[in-house]
Amino acid sequence: MAVPLLKKRLAKDRCARSVMLALTVLSLLLLVAMGVGLYLKSEMILDRYSLWTLLTTSDWKPLKGSFGFLPFIASTLAVTALSILIALPISLLTALYLSEYAHSWTKRVVFPVLDILAGIPSVVYGVWGTLIIVPWIADALGPHFVDYTSGYTVLASGIVLGVMILPVLVSLFIEIFTIVPQDYRDAAASLGATKWQVCRKVILRKSLPGIIAAVVLAISKAFGETIAVLMVCGNSASIPHSLFDPCYPLPALIANNYGEMLSLPLYESALMFAAFILFFIILVFNFASRLLLRRVEKRYKL
Amino acid sequence: MDTETQTFAGAFQRFGQWKETDGSEARTAGAPEGENTIDIQGLNVYIQDKQILKDVTLQLFDRKITCIIGPSGCGKTTLLRSINRMIDTTEHVRVEGNVIVDGENIYGPKAEITHIRKKIGLLSQRPTPLPMSIYDNIAFGCRIHGTRNKKKLDAIVEQYLRATGLWDEVKDRLHNPASGLSIGQQQRLCLARGLAVEPQFILADESTSALDPVSSKHIEDLFLQLRERYGIIMVTHTLRQALRIADYVVFMYLGEVIEKGPADVLFNHPQHELTKQYLSGVFS
Repeated sequence: MAVPLLKKRLAKDRCARSVMLALTVLSLLLLVAMGVGLYLKSEMILDRYSLWTLLTTSDWKPLKGSFGFLPFIASTLAVTALSILIALPISLLTALYLSEYAHSWTKRVVFPVLDILAGIPSVVYGVWGTLIIVPWIADALGPHFVDYTSGYTVLASGIVLGVMILPVLVSLFIEIFTIVPQDYRDAAASLGATKWQVCRKVILRKSLPGIIAAVVLAISKAFGETIAVLMVCGNSASIPHSLFDPCYPLPALIANNYGEMLSLPLYESALMFAAFILFFIILVFNFASRLLLRRVEKRYKL
Repeated sequence: MDTETQTFAGAFQRFGQWKETDGSEARTAGAPEGENTIDIQGLNVYIQDKQILKDVTLQLFDRKITCIIGPSGCGKTTLLRSINRMIDTTEHVRVEGNVIVDGENIYGPKAEITHIRKKIGLLSQRPTPLPMSIYDNIAFGCRIHGTRNKKKLDAIVEQYLRATGLWDEVKDRLHNPASGLSIGQQQRLCLARGLAVEPQFILADESTSALDPVSSKHIEDLFLQLRERYGIIMVTHTLRQALRIADYVVFMYLGEVIEKGPADVLFNHPQHELTKQYLSGVFS
């Protein structure tokens, strides 16, 4: 009696295992399929032009047959970098304050607010950027630096994007700081360290790998953010030379034009190639950050 | 039961006598020669409205080892953490009373915490090497207090690694992560790190309980050496350890100091019934 029951249990176990394995492989295959699909679709434009020309020229006149992707790539990188530059210091200090200095009741008030901020749809951020940030740059900030700016700029995109990833970063950082054992804080404090010294020399140091991982996550999100950026970036296909120039990141390019220009196969292929570049940037970025993370962990043996 | 109590008391007495004939004079009663003391006056500590320490009045001497003994949850660690205001890190804590160090009340309105903690170091239960190299661990305290000179730091690092017997073991890998040391070495590193800021007193919170017997012995021996220069206040769960190294003993029970005095007096002639019972192992 017992033996058939055991057999049944073991069979179930094997079954569960293979189902889970299959699903895992499936999700991995999805990534490959996506990459291959995008590549196949962009083959047409890659046959027509050399990869080098596509990536390094900045002339974008799809109807006249010139496809230079450099402005889009440059815009994507500029906007993402700016958003991290804005969000990282603010979120680090906010998270340090909340986890190390703040009273428990402050946390009880702030945490739900952060969650709400993180949950607001990106289109709302876009509207906020268009109504507040863009006019502010055009009328108040811009005139101090340049003769004329429309307000729809790299700066506006960076600010909106920075604000969007801020709550995510703060939540992640707080999680990371909470993992640092209290013993480390006590050890440093009992030597006479001030709270700020404990934060700077112990907490930040101990959490460095976690901080890097969180920033990678935030950057990946920033790379792909479409709607909010599209609403404030100016959508002008030229390489931005200052914060007050308009720009045109890859996701905005795809979202703006896909569906309209499908009658032109070459244009469609160009947009597919844009998606492929984005896909590739994120892939490379993730691999690179993984390498960095491993080196940091090895270096400090954390 | 009564006879058992007596046998245990006898054993303690014999042990005490053996120590005396061994030439150890530090255990004899009498006024301490050190000038610096920590005066705890009427200390009450409440955590979330639960009273953890009840009117503790106690004097702790420089250049002596004072062991605080008592059953779990009697407030030993809270008392220790009150002495250098590490108690401040606990939430919902309320402290009443005075702790006078060098004529300064550390709970006074003008007291400055980092200064107090520099004077009174803490060696925790488990070793906590900071996430940096061996060298940087020792230099940490000096750096936060403003010493930047490389030569000075080098000298300090060597001095205190020697003082804790670590120098020969680690001198070739000073810049390796401290987490690579064995647990006993880590605890000696933490002790060296604490000494490097030149405290007057060292608080030790069951600092040998996480260690193997050999490392534990090593720390005890270090304490006996360090007694020449520092006042050591040690919380211990091991009666035998207190017996081996204490000059003074404080017995606590449920947040109160039941009995205190020179080690040989308290171990051999405990006055209070609770002390007698604790020493004889009726409860622990």
